[in-house]
Amino acid sequence: MPSGSAESWSDLVLETLKANDVRLAVYVPDKILIPVIDGVRADPFFTAVCATREEEGVGICAGAWMGGMRSILLMQTSGFGNTPNSLASLTVAYQIPVVLLISERGALGEFNAGQVWSSRVVAPVCAALGIPHHTIERLEDVEFILDRSIKQAVATQSPAALVLSPLLTGGKVFAA
Amino acid sequence: MRRIELMRRFVAVLHDEAVIGGIGNTNFDLFAAGHRPQNFYMLGSMGLAFPIALGVALAQPRRRVVGIEGDGSLLMNLGCLATIATVAPANLTLIVMDNASYQITGGQPTASAAATDLVAVARSAGIGRSDWARDPDDFVRLVENALRAEGPSLIGARIDDAPAAGQPARDPAQIRDRFMQALGTRKDFGL
Repeated sequence: MPSGSAESWSDLVLETLKANDVRLAVYVPDKILIPVIDGVRADPFFTAVCATREEEGVGICAGAWMGGMRSILLMQTSGFGNTPNSLASLTVAYQIPVVLLISERGALGEFNAGQVWSSRVVAPVCAALGIPHHTIERLEDVEFILDRSIKQAVATQSPAALVLSPLLTGGKVFAA
Repeated sequence: MRRIELMRRFVAVLHDEAVIGGIGNTNFDLFAAGHRPQNFYMLGSMGLAFPIALGVALAQPRRRVVGIEGDGSLLMNLGCLATIATVAPANLTLIVMDNASYQITGGQPTASAAATDLVAVARSAGIGRSDWARDPDDFVRLVENALRAEGPSLIGARIDDAPAAGQPARDPAQIRDRFMQALGTRKDFGL
């Protein structure tokens, strides 16, 4: 990349997924993730699947891994709250490297109280299950954290969770 | 119909298909009907047999993949039928073993006992090739047709609540490893 040109966080995500041969993108829609969702839907490199619930996505990604296809599972923090049983009894118990990419709601200007408390389950659940989790706050960290997390997940046969901070994405702001 | 009889007849028509067995008696009798390395036995994640099967089907489009789920498990995750209908993988077959009961937790009736027709639900979700098996011969006929079809199929079987005839070992690492070796996605390192 020529110096001086500013790549967006979502472009870096898409490039890093491709560089790691992550061909399946399963998502539950989220506004912050629009550029990633639109990107995987528009690019024939990816198979994009919209799941009805997040734990359904965990199942799809787990099956794809066992069939030889790497995946990424996109959701927002509130949706993460739907996943703990599937993460524990499928990805952790069976040692399946499903990588979650989670847009953060509930912090840094959240306007919806429902989002605030649901977002707080992510770190404690990951800690309880021993799932490596990182928050990405800076553009210059996107490639490193995502790339290394995918590689570690595959190498160690472990799920991983990455949270995209509003410091990176801008978050979702109250329109009024 | 007897679940173990249907499972035995199902296994008898298989070749190299991947089969995902949902939790409880569904995968117990899948195992009891004759273990094969292409079987994946779930130990938790209730309701995810069909999503796991969808993932395998997407990853291995040249292999036929079958998900087998109980009625209680499917009721926990009906949305997956809409997802599968939308993705419409050519190589995916779904089987619902429906005894209208949460058998493993004490036999409480499911919605299937009184009100809900799961095959009609699947059809309405968009899986047009969804049928109830009338008897064991019809079940086998539907399975054979589904395994040749170009698109997802769902087969419903109204079954008994006899105790399962066996159980796989509850060893998730070994289940997953053997399954992946059978699918050609993991090597046996011979350690």
